[in-house]
Amino acid sequence: MPKITYKTQDDKIHTIDVPNGLTVMEGAIQNDIQGIDADCGGGMSCATCHVYVNEEWLDKLPVKEDGEEDMLDMAFEPKKNSRLSCQLIVSDTLDGLVVNIPSKQG
Amino acid sequence: MNKTDVLIIGAGPTGLFCAHQLGIIGLSCEIVDNLDKAGGQCIELYPDKPIYDIPAIPECTGEELTNNLLKQIKPFNVNFHLNQRVEELKKVNDRWHIKTNGNKKFDVASIVIAGGVGSFEPRKFPLKECEKFEGNSLFYAIKDKTIFTDKTISIFGGGDSALDWAIELSNTSKVNLIHRRDGFSGAEASVQKVKELNDQGKINLYTKYQLESVSGDNKIDSVKVKHDEGEIKEIKSDYVLGFFGLIMQLGPILSWGLNIDKKKVEVNTENFETNINGIFAIGDICSYPGKLKLILSGFHEGALAARGCFKYAKPDEKLRFEFTTTSKAAQERLGIKSD
Repeated sequence: MPKITYKTQDDKIHTIDVPNGLTVMEGAIQNDIQGIDADCGGGMSCATCHVYVNEEWLDKLPVKEDGEEDMLDMAFEPKKNSRLSCQLIVSDTLDGLVVNIPSKQG
Repeated sequence: MNKTDVLIIGAGPTGLFCAHQLGIIGLSCEIVDNLDKAGGQCIELYPDKPIYDIPAIPECTGEELTNNLLKQIKPFNVNFHLNQRVEELKKVNDRWHIKTNGNKKFDVASIVIAGGVGSFEPRKFPLKECEKFEGNSLFYAIKDKTIFTDKTISIFGGGDSALDWAIELSNTSKVNLIHRRDGFSGAEASVQKVKELNDQGKINLYTKYQLESVSGDNKIDSVKVKHDEGEIKEIKSDYVLGFFGLIMQLGPILSWGLNIDKKKVEVNTENFETNINGIFAIGDICSYPGKLKLILSGFHEGALAARGCFKYAKPDEKLRFEFTTTSKAAQERLGIKSD
């Protein structure tokens, strides 16, 4: 099962087995990782599951759909490596992915 | 004081349908919402996005769903109190007294919280130092545009609000529009207009820049913005406007003594009552084993909560289960004339 690593603001590192097909957001919510709110439940309409992806992973992720970048405009401190974790569907190619959770979601 | 049977907090689809269910069984209600219109997330987050999982409606937009629900509750003449956020809750004998931030007061037998993920509040700048200027030279919404006449305004954001205000204010003010990327989420026609005004020197457009700092004594006099590549520019500004959409926050409900876990209110699944008698929670805001965050679940929850409200509103009466197809009483309440 792919391992996803979530780094929270308090420098805690949580490496979690997330089944293929779930999103990186769901992996966080189901395992009580602090800092990902996912208010809209994965509908790409709230920008509260915002994460920063480690640089080396940026090219390996599914490309942004229309609308993700628009929502990221609303996110708290968006950067070049910002993604919405509800749009990152876990698969074997994401095994080892590291995401950093921002200090706030809004 | 508005005296009614039930106060519904939240005018999203779940709250609207609950009003219908209350009306059918002969209870009165009023609805409070912090937005300026009914519809909740449907109208604020995705008015134009099609929804495909409303039973018997193969496809409809958030706006259409809202309009249909409003049409469905029209016979009940429900009062809406918009732009109001509930603040205080007090138990007075068998009744609840509620006060909003706009000082509207309600006296009700029970309360249905259909608050979604909370009330919508503007998203703010990440910078802490922005707080001290908020309300005097930094705003997230415009109430009186005349204060900007002949001033220099720095607008941040790339959506419709940012673009529309940049265009509008460029007639009377010096406008800087700052956005974090080259693309905009606002309407294409507005993007073109902003670019034209930029070419004509009527708007100064800064893309790939974000707010780095604000300075000034009592009021803002300049802002620093930082480019993706690190370059920093200082821009003179009398006012700063931030348009980053809305975020949902639970607010004062948190302090009402409800059992809340992960921003959700715990309820039973018999009638969606919370740990406090007479206070119910339905829709996205409630949690119970098996909870699905779907609009259709909210409808079910609202139907049961409405019936749960009955004993508080009419303690001496027994509620008889009836169908709208055959119930004369329900049809009368719906204003249907019998032949």
